[in-house]
Formats: sequence, C-alpha cells, structure tokens
Amino acid sequence: MDDERVLEQAAAWREAGKPVALATVVQTWGSSPRPVGSQLAVQDDGTFVGSVSGGCIEGAVVHAALDVIKTGTPQMLEFGVTNQEAWAVGLACGGKVQVRVEPLD
Amino acid sequence: MKAATLAQLQRDRAAKRPTVLVTDLDSNAERLVYPREPATLADLAPAVVAAVAAAAVADKSGVVEDGGRRYFLNVYNPPLRMIVVGAVHIAQPLARMAALVGYEVVIVDPRRAFATEERFPGVTLIGDWPDDALTELAPDVRTAVVTLTHDPKIDDPALSMALKSPAFYVGALGSRKTHAARLKRLEMAGFDAEARARINGPVGLAIGARSPAEIAVSILAQVTQALRQPVGMGSGTAADAA
Repeated sequence: MDDERVLEQAAAWREAGKPVALATVVQTWGSSPRPVGSQLAVQDDGTFVGSVSGGCIEGAVVHAALDVIKTGTPQMLEFGVTNQEAWAVGLACGGKVQVRVEPLD
Repeated sequence: MKAATLAQLQRDRAAKRPTVLVTDLDSNAERLVYPREPATLADLAPAVVAAVAAAAVADKSGVVEDGGRRYFLNVYNPPLRMIVVGAVHIAQPLARMAALVGYEVVIVDPRRAFATEERFPGVTLIGDWPDDALTELAPDVRTAVVTLTHDPKIDDPALSMALKSPAFYVGALGSRKTHAARLKRLEMAGFDAEARARINGPVGLAIGARSPAEIAVSILAQVTQALRQPVGMGSGTAADAA
C-alpha cells in the first residue's frame, strides 16, 4: 500500500471514531528497506496499514502505537537491524532506522 | 498529527499541490507549507526554507536542524505525469522509459490509426484533439508535456494548452527550422517571449541521439534535469537536502 492510501485509511478510521496513531520513518542510517517519510497507520485494535520497514520492526511499532494511542504522547523509536537479523528477514545487510509514532488527534 | 492537518493534507493532494509537512521534533508543533508558494514560508528560518525547497525538488523527506531545534520535513508531492502528444515511433520507447522512471504516461493522438493498444500496450491512450485532451488532463507542476507529431494542427494546440498550464517541462520535437516557424506561429497567437522560451525545442539534451530509443533517452534526460535542477534552484540533489 502506498503512503497516500495509508493517510486515506488513517483519515477514514478517524472519521469512523476510531483512535489512530501514525508511525513515520524519520531517519535512516546504512541500508534500510523503506525510505524516510514512509508511514504506517494503526488503530486501537492493532490493525494497521502501510509499512515502515518491510516487516522486521512492524510488530514493535504497532505495540508502541497502541501505547501512544493510550497516552496521547508522541514517541521516537530507534531500531538497529544487525546483519544477522537483516539476513533473517531477507535483507542483504543491516542498518538503523528512527521511527516517530504520534497520535492522530 | 492533528486531524485538521491531515484533512488539509488530503485536500492539498487532491488539488495536486506540492506540500511539505514540517514537524518540530521537540515541541511536536506541525504545519503545512507549500514550497512553490513563498508566502507560506515567509516566517521560517532561512536554513529551513532552503531545506524545504531542496527536499521538495529532490522528493526526499528528512530532518533539518536549525538553532538547536530539529524539524522533520515530510514531502508530499503529486504524482509525476508525462503527456506525450503524438503516438509516433519515438513515443513507443519514450512511454516505456518514462514509466520506468516513475511517470504516469498518457499518449494523446486524434489519429486513430496511430494510437492503438497494439502499438502501446498498457499505456493510457486518448483519441481526442490535444486542446480538449489537455483541458481534461490539466497539466500541473509535476507534469511534463512533450509534442512529437511535427504536425502544427496537432502540436500547436497542445503547446498552447501546455504554455497556459504550470507544467514543469514543455518540449517539442522538430528541427531548428521547424521550431523557429513554430515559435513564430505561437507569437502570432499571442504568446510572449517568456512563454515561448518555456518550450524546449529541438526537444531533448544534445547527446547525438539517432534512433527513436536514443531520442527518448535524450528527452527523458532533459525532463529529469527540469525536474531536479529547476532554474535558480542549484543542483537540487539529495546532498543539498541533507
């Protein structure tokens, strides 16, 4: 799903009265599967659309997003992908990615 | 993000308005700015203004630091489009290459024998006259218009519409002589020197292209240059944005 659709879905959930959080790739170092600006939208039951990593950190981001929905406070997350983990999710080499998670309020 | 910000962003995208969302990473304050509308940038620090412009041109979101504060610039540019007028031989490689580079390609040719699915599989073909077609397509700041027919009946109305639009690139195939005659006609039609100078003609960078595919390369190179190195913007490379 491209980023345009992610925001559309976020807006639709919000419209339907669902609490929503948005996660955005803010900075990357080394090789990272998704470019800066990539987004993911999460609603309060944990369902999400979009991608910030192509799979390796989505679980942790969704977990943080649920927390952000509860607290209403944005969080900055940082993930290092070791070469071994990168290999496990099918990436050629490691990298580091910073993801900002914020409530849609 | 505030729901109101998201709603405005959705409206801007529907209007094909290049937009950058600036978020202060310390205070979480956010605002939408429009790199092509200087008034919306007026109260930002010069370093942030420059970063916004460079990020928009390079299509590259990122973090900029200024005065001890960190700002995240998220770039929302409308999709790239290329309107090719003339379903001629050169249009075949051009349509394929432009699609690879990331353009939504539309081919306009009122001559039904030219604009056929067999010759342009998978490409959007419009069989209307260019003035009608371009009115409908409404070229925006992320649209390139290239005319290829050599036929003034088809090329001229397309160029007239393109010059009245904010298209970032306008190019017309034809020799210097053909182009001089074309400029004369457009002058008679009321286009001033500044408008006429927007037309890249003969089309494409001078790289000695001979075959249709090579000419397509030279056109795409020039279109890319117009997109990434707009006049007065410096090189507009990713390095500038970083």
